[in-house]
Amino acid sequence: MASETTLGSGRRNWLPAWLAGDTVQGIRRQRMVLGVLFLLPTLIGLIVFVLAPIVVAVALGFMKWNVFRPPEFYGLKNFTRLFQHELVGNSFSNTFVMMAMTVGMLEVFAISLALSVHRFARSRLAYIFRTVWFLPVLLSGVSVAVTLSYLFHTDFGVVNYYLGVLGIDKVPWLVSSDIVRFSVSLATVWRNLGFTFIIYLGGVSALPQEILEAATVDGARGLKRLWLITLPLLSPTILFATVIDVIRLLQFFDEPYVMTRGGPGDSSRTTVMMVYDTAFANLEFGYASSISVILFLIILAVTGFQFLLSKRWVFYQ
Amino acid sequence: MTVINRLSTRRRGDEDVVERIPDWMPRSAADWLAMVFMLIIGILTIMPIVWVVTTSLRTPAESFTVPPEWIPRDLYFGNYLQVFDEIPFVYQMGNSFFVTLSTVVGQLTTATLAGYTFARRYLPGRDGLFWVVLATLMIPYQATLIPLFIIISRVFGLADTLWSLILTALPTAFGTFLLRQYFLQIPGEYEEAAMMDGANQFQIFRRVYLPMVAPGMAILAVLAFNGKWNDFLTPLIFMNTTSRFPITLGINDLQRYMMTGSISVVLAAIVMATLPVVLVYVFGQRYLIEGLMVGGLKG
Repeated sequence: MASETTLGSGRRNWLPAWLAGDTVQGIRRQRMVLGVLFLLPTLIGLIVFVLAPIVVAVALGFMKWNVFRPPEFYGLKNFTRLFQHELVGNSFSNTFVMMAMTVGMLEVFAISLALSVHRFARSRLAYIFRTVWFLPVLLSGVSVAVTLSYLFHTDFGVVNYYLGVLGIDKVPWLVSSDIVRFSVSLATVWRNLGFTFIIYLGGVSALPQEILEAATVDGARGLKRLWLITLPLLSPTILFATVIDVIRLLQFFDEPYVMTRGGPGDSSRTTVMMVYDTAFANLEFGYASSISVILFLIILAVTGFQFLLSKRWVFYQ
Repeated sequence: MTVINRLSTRRRGDEDVVERIPDWMPRSAADWLAMVFMLIIGILTIMPIVWVVTTSLRTPAESFTVPPEWIPRDLYFGNYLQVFDEIPFVYQMGNSFFVTLSTVVGQLTTATLAGYTFARRYLPGRDGLFWVVLATLMIPYQATLIPLFIIISRVFGLADTLWSLILTALPTAFGTFLLRQYFLQIPGEYEEAAMMDGANQFQIFRRVYLPMVAPGMAILAVLAFNGKWNDFLTPLIFMNTTSRFPITLGINDLQRYMMTGSISVVLAAIVMATLPVVLVYVFGQRYLIEGLMVGGLKG
């Protein structure tokens, strides 16, 4: 009971004298000790598990190392090899194509959903919709990939059954090398839409109502208002969500790996799958690292490019 | 404006009656369009989930027949039992629980400690260190995986152990940033008041500041639980022994075993493996959605 009113009094004794809190120096020392102790786990962790690995990854990119023999310096040979390696180039183009399709669909659908549900913002219905759309985010990439690969089955899949009811021929979703990238992108959109939607919902509910109403009074309605007023006001959120989605989807792995293992042929093999196979199936750690370093640089470049470009279209109030 | 829109007059008998239109009622063509769009996306979202549940309850012979059956009739639970025969399901769920809960507790610990220090102004060089922490957010996880595997197996000797999955997930730049934002919102007067009462600096953290960032901790806990429970690539690389797999790898195996068998068994495993995340979501929904929306606003 007493400790509630006099927080910590009578417990001062467990501290050594030089840390006693009854002098200014003592308090300063307490803060220093505490600050250092509190930061250590995070700083050491980030150094050992994030910063050191990225440095090692770059270093390994310049080495030849197949685990059994010690690594040897290899110069730029890994990089010259990967630029001529058709499979690597192919994996980068697959990753870009699928990223572009997925992000395109994600942003359009998520913005539309956020603006739609905002019309019914305070109703129970909005809450129900929000909950339903978010459900797939809870599923693991593996579960989603397994489920949708059954649904997309050419002969027995539910999707083709309903398309058949509508009079549409069977679509070879996962067995045609032309369509498979689109199918995998659809699966990824299905799992991630709720996540991107929530980001936009935050942006939409923070839109300044006075400006929107003033625009309506001035005669901006419908699509005109959407294009000239609402979307520009929303542009900071669009930038944020797009950057996050692009970064995540350039590191695409779970869905294509489980749905197709990169097939048919290599038509849905992504860069991370390429890194994974090169390192852990072929045990070429140096070469795999050089591919992942290129991926890292591409992600940095694309993100930087998005921010640079954003000066032209993002509108900050 | 909205209030006026929500009222409509209707003639009832001899007098005009003003009625309140329910919030969910579309009032214009655009409203109707929005409603139809939301319904279509809602149906497309929910149908695969319903299909998973109903098909997991179908007998193996019927599991792949179309048209799909949207309302379960047989309620055949044999698929659920068969999951336990095909993969070490109990172990793998246990592994997932152990790894996920340890990661959540660990991330809460490291992130509150670091977030608190970064929010207070006492340590020299604090801002520089904070930028280093933020910069690590730019490094894609996938690019660090090969060295991470080498460090875990060669330096720590932890390959193929659950600890390898936990240890690498403990430092969290995102969580540190999130909790720092929460600590920043608490005024410094609380500290002065506590010092008047004779509290030392640790007690001020533990008993004054920490309880006030509970909402931020809840957000981090729910996000960390969801992320770690569903993690696939990390265990795929770190783990070799089937009985030590988390359940995501178990489902991947099960799908391959069942290529020629009943897909209902795989779907039953998916239902069971998803239940914990759904439970966490039901209790933590408010925090999860709030956390993601805060991220959007800050952008």
